[in-house]
Amino acid sequence: MTQKLSNQLLVAFYKEMLLGRRLEERIGQLYVQQKFSGFCHLYIGQEAVSTGCLNAIRKGQDYVITGYRDHVAPVVLGMDPGVMIAELLGKVTGCARGKGGSMHMFSEKHRFMGGHGIVGGQVPLAAGAGWKIKYNKEDLVSLCFLGDAASNQGQFHEALNMAAIWDLPCIFIIENNKYGMGTAISRTCSLSNLSDRAKAYNMRQAVVDGRNVVNTYNQMKEIVEETRKTSKPILVEIQTYRFRGHSVSDPGNYRTKEEVEKERSRDCLVLLKETMLAQKAAKEDDFEKFEEEIADKVDAAVAFAEDSPEPELDELYKHVLV
Amino acid sequence: MAILTLREALNQAMSEEMERDPSVFLMGEEVAEYDGAYKVSKGMLAKFGPMRVVDSPISEAGFAGLGVGAAMCGLRPIIEMMTWNFAIQAFDQIINHAAKMLYMSGGQYKVPMVIRGPHGAAHMLSAQHSQCVDHMLVNCPGLKIISTIDPADAKGLMKSAIRDDNTVLFLESEMLYGRSGEVPDGEHIVPIGVGVVKRPGSDVTLVAWNKMVLLAQDVATELEKEGISVEIIDPRTLMPLDEEIIFNSVRKTNRLVVLEEGWGVASFGCHIVDRVVKECFDDLDAPPERVTNLFVPMPYNERLEHEVMPTAERTIAAIKAVLYK
Repeated sequence: MTQKLSNQLLVAFYKEMLLGRRLEERIGQLYVQQKFSGFCHLYIGQEAVSTGCLNAIRKGQDYVITGYRDHVAPVVLGMDPGVMIAELLGKVTGCARGKGGSMHMFSEKHRFMGGHGIVGGQVPLAAGAGWKIKYNKEDLVSLCFLGDAASNQGQFHEALNMAAIWDLPCIFIIENNKYGMGTAISRTCSLSNLSDRAKAYNMRQAVVDGRNVVNTYNQMKEIVEETRKTSKPILVEIQTYRFRGHSVSDPGNYRTKEEVEKERSRDCLVLLKETMLAQKAAKEDDFEKFEEEIADKVDAAVAFAEDSPEPELDELYKHVLV
Repeated sequence: MAILTLREALNQAMSEEMERDPSVFLMGEEVAEYDGAYKVSKGMLAKFGPMRVVDSPISEAGFAGLGVGAAMCGLRPIIEMMTWNFAIQAFDQIINHAAKMLYMSGGQYKVPMVIRGPHGAAHMLSAQHSQCVDHMLVNCPGLKIISTIDPADAKGLMKSAIRDDNTVLFLESEMLYGRSGEVPDGEHIVPIGVGVVKRPGSDVTLVAWNKMVLLAQDVATELEKEGISVEIIDPRTLMPLDEEIIFNSVRKTNRLVVLEEGWGVASFGCHIVDRVVKECFDDLDAPPERVTNLFVPMPYNERLEHEVMPTAERTIAAIKAVLYK
């Protein structure tokens, strides 16, 4: 678990997480500038989770699904950030042709089965991907992200039970950012360790520190390979924190300043930077170059999205039925 | 042509499609080792094995959702709901996921799935086991909905449903699984969205589907004795609806009665009347009538239950009302 990663991989992870962070910051600005509307749930603070998990799988082959905090995962899987932002702006060049929006990013090409707006609703779908893998005797896994509060939903429990009785190669990942909207998970769940939910289904379980991307990646790598080999599902609790409110319109007054400051002191980007400096994977001025490189990517993504056309009205009736 | 019961016709359709296409599987409560709660899947486990005929836990939302996920990944699930009353637990998966996936993903993710099972009242099953769900589902875009109890139609429509790339909901009736009729062997396909004239007539159009077709036929036979000629239209498919077959009939008879099981408030019958009034206003010689369940939960008592459901008396009264008799 403490296994060192190559300098090259550390740099790649850092840039990926930085891209997620800067994209989300820009998205927050675009929202405030009223460039788009609807709900907008930012992922800032949780970047090490998607980078750690999604680099541990075979991108484009293994299946991935998540909830509504879904801007970053598809980009880590390989979606063009411009296509993601175009979807936010409701443009026809967006991944769902402007008909999905912030909560419904999809990319069939990357086997990204979407962002889903109903809390916990995506969990049985992940079991369905697991069923398909088993049915076709494939060497793949199904990765399902959900929030801490989604683990209180009935559909979550139904899906875990089915995955356990049928040995489906599913990795259910609770991204525990400690709050379901504005309600602390400690107020809505009788367990302090959410991964203990696995015990009810005789399922393997694991806890991961989701601030440390090196740990997250190493631990997930083992979990993914074990799941691929045994086709036994697992429930993983990844401990993380969202630095912003539930959505852009939420100032987050239910949390104390002290709490947020304390959590921000364990920023996944800062922690990785320290590791990289200690391991001499990068020098201090390299980080400025990373910032410039990522800023260019974000600018290009936003420019592509803003320059893209709106869907024509005839798009309305397309894709209601096949 | 063989004489088959409704359950045998459905069984034959599913079995033939599973033989044809290895990506089709059947999942639901009691479908495998118990041979189906209503024996619709009798013998299928022995034929296809436990990966393709799968007993699920009692988790309607769970296995409906599993079906959605499997369909998004390229399989073609048939999900049996022991009854559509229980499927209400799975409405999130049906409405929020199956119906909208293609649209929300901008055409990337199809959900080629069939969800089937009996709906409506059976006999003295009381309020929670007697519900019609068609009116709850027809107004959600992205679904196809079939409602039939005719064995030949059921076979042909089930084959179409399994081959369809959309999510198709199939509404049957538990009282009528044992009802038999002639069913063509082998490749018998009935297209989705095409209604049928069940009985030609000239005085009044009576639109009825599912088990109401039987009541319609009884009523038509009864009224024939009085010299009233009833044309029965069975749309078979509620969504998409074969509107033309209804319009053409009304243009001929100039009178419309809709006979539907289920509550009448904001019902599918309302939609039919709305469409007919809009499209055939000048052809109508009387305001259309509707016969529906009374607007109460289903009582257990047999006499009361009978009274809640559309009766021959109320249907005859509605027909006479549009004939001003």
